Amino acid sequence: MMPLDEMYREIILDHYRSPRGRKPLPEANVTAEGHNPSCGDDIKLEIELKDNILQDVHVDCKGCAISVASGSMLAETVKGKTFAEVSELSKTIRKMLKGELEETPDNLGDLGALAGVRQFPVRIKCALLAWVTLIEGLDKYSAGHPDGKIVVTSEHDHEHE
Amino acid sequence: MTDMASQTHNDPVTAPPRAVGLDIERVKADFPILTQQINGHRLVYLDSAATSQKPREVINAILEYYRKMNSNIHRGLHTLAERATEAYEATRVHTARFVGGVQPEEIIFTRGTTESINLVAYTWGEQNISKGDEILVSEMEHHANFVPWFELARRKGAIIRKLPITLCGHLDLSEIDTLINEKTKLVAVSHMSNVFGTINPIRDIAAKAHEKGALILADGAQASPHLPIDLRALGVDFYAFSSHKMLGPTGVGVLYGRKELLEAMPPFNFGGEMINQVGFDKVTFADLPNKFEGGTPNIADVIAFEAALSYLEGLGMENVHAHETAITKYALERLSEIQGLEIQGPQDTAERGSAISFTDPDIHPHDISTFLDYKGIAIRAGHHCAQPLMKFLGKVATARASFYIYNDTADVDALVDALREMRRYFGV
Repeated sequence: MMPLDEMYREIILDHYRSPRGRKPLPEANVTAEGHNPSCGDDIKLEIELKDNILQDVHVDCKGCAISVASGSMLAETVKGKTFAEVSELSKTIRKMLKGELEETPDNLGDLGALAGVRQFPVRIKCALLAWVTLIEGLDKYSAGHPDGKIVVTSEHDHEHE
Repeated sequence: MTDMASQTHNDPVTAPPRAVGLDIERVKADFPILTQQINGHRLVYLDSAATSQKPREVINAILEYYRKMNSNIHRGLHTLAERATEAYEATRVHTARFVGGVQPEEIIFTRGTTESINLVAYTWGEQNISKGDEILVSEMEHHANFVPWFELARRKGAIIRKLPITLCGHLDLSEIDTLINEKTKLVAVSHMSNVFGTINPIRDIAAKAHEKGALILADGAQASPHLPIDLRALGVDFYAFSSHKMLGPTGVGVLYGRKELLEAMPPFNFGGEMINQVGFDKVTFADLPNKFEGGTPNIADVIAFEAALSYLEGLGMENVHAHETAITKYALERLSEIQGLEIQGPQDTAERGSAISFTDPDIHPHDISTFLDYKGIAIRAGHHCAQPLMKFLGKVATARASFYIYNDTADVDALVDALREMRRYFGV
């Protein structure tokens, strides 16, 4: 497979064409907004967090195929997981995108398709936008700022590396 | 795919234009970088509005400088220093001639357009802008001609007024007589938009500004590589542009300022080179242009910039402009064959330069750029440092292809073919 096809796998394009998690979430109690100033990608997450478990997530992402697909996969994956589990998952995805994992873990499901992005370093931020926004939103919620607007910048991104 | 699929790239809507006065094959051969392959394809460089490629003459001039005359300028009393000083000052004289014959001391070398504009904001602006004054800034400005004024206004309690744009990508001048008023101290406007490609009526706006006693600064970063420039005829007070967009090296910018304005302005960078006498009781500053060139300047690249000016003059700026008008016309026609593609800016090539911004209804500009790169085609995608303009368009980003002297109709065809293939690839 040529690297372009590695990045734009059919799974990715499918999520891009019909993103999951677009259903409005009236019960949501956490809102997080992320922005990638270098691309202009915008994401808004609404999370229904109850008993420390993410009951459901609404994702509204305006951006490139990679950021939209990543957000769509997030919506599919994090439902029913605890904050700690989601945090762990986000770390694994980051490692995978940075090429720090020998192999793509089996338990990632569709998310494993994001592995191809690692060959395009400038696009890694796109794949991470949804995840960084989610984790920061949950962090802020835990710290007592349930509606804190979160701006994810490229500089911000480096802090996590 | 659309019904356009039946139309191959071999039968475009019009016959490819003949280059006017330019032998593009010969021009191409002067640019060593263009001979390479990118991802297995011939490099098609369509990002000259970001930075141009450099002809062999410019690359050699940098090597020659370091091989034969490297030394610090102005106060050296040895042969090398004399050579370097002479070449550096010769570039100033040449630049003054290139922009229509201004006085050499009205040409200040900076690091780039951004620094040129900041120089004016921090010297003239600090001295002349007060609380309640107005600065009129167009809605299509690059951040380089927006943020310095925004920050100056914030420091001074001055007001930024917006010179709006129309949906066709022109400045909306219908309210210009009230937008420029007695409170207006400066009008900041680009000569050519880096997003729309629009060529703005600088001469008319300058006249309006001067009627009300305001000054005008034109951002010439996009215009200077492509148009014959006559600053006296334009009637501008300040004009800023960059070497690297007009075949020269990076790290060299030009600020033109009318002599009496520059003379009245305080220095920008304080230090060596820019002084007359220094003592513990008193410091006096050098005359123009040294007053604004504190510290050792970018000697090598300024000198190599002269090779770029000579190269452009060798082609003739009228010919450069004619070639680009032809290629832009061809590109606009061919791109309009692609169904759904939304092209920004004026359609009439008499009103625009060669930067063409476009969006696909289904594919994000970053995906467009990544896909095209895979075909060896370099374009730009993003907000183009013009977020107020993107907001006006209601878009977060556009894709932009920009053409220069080394681009031909085959490059346009490669772009159009790749954009069609892209829509098939993404299945939209």
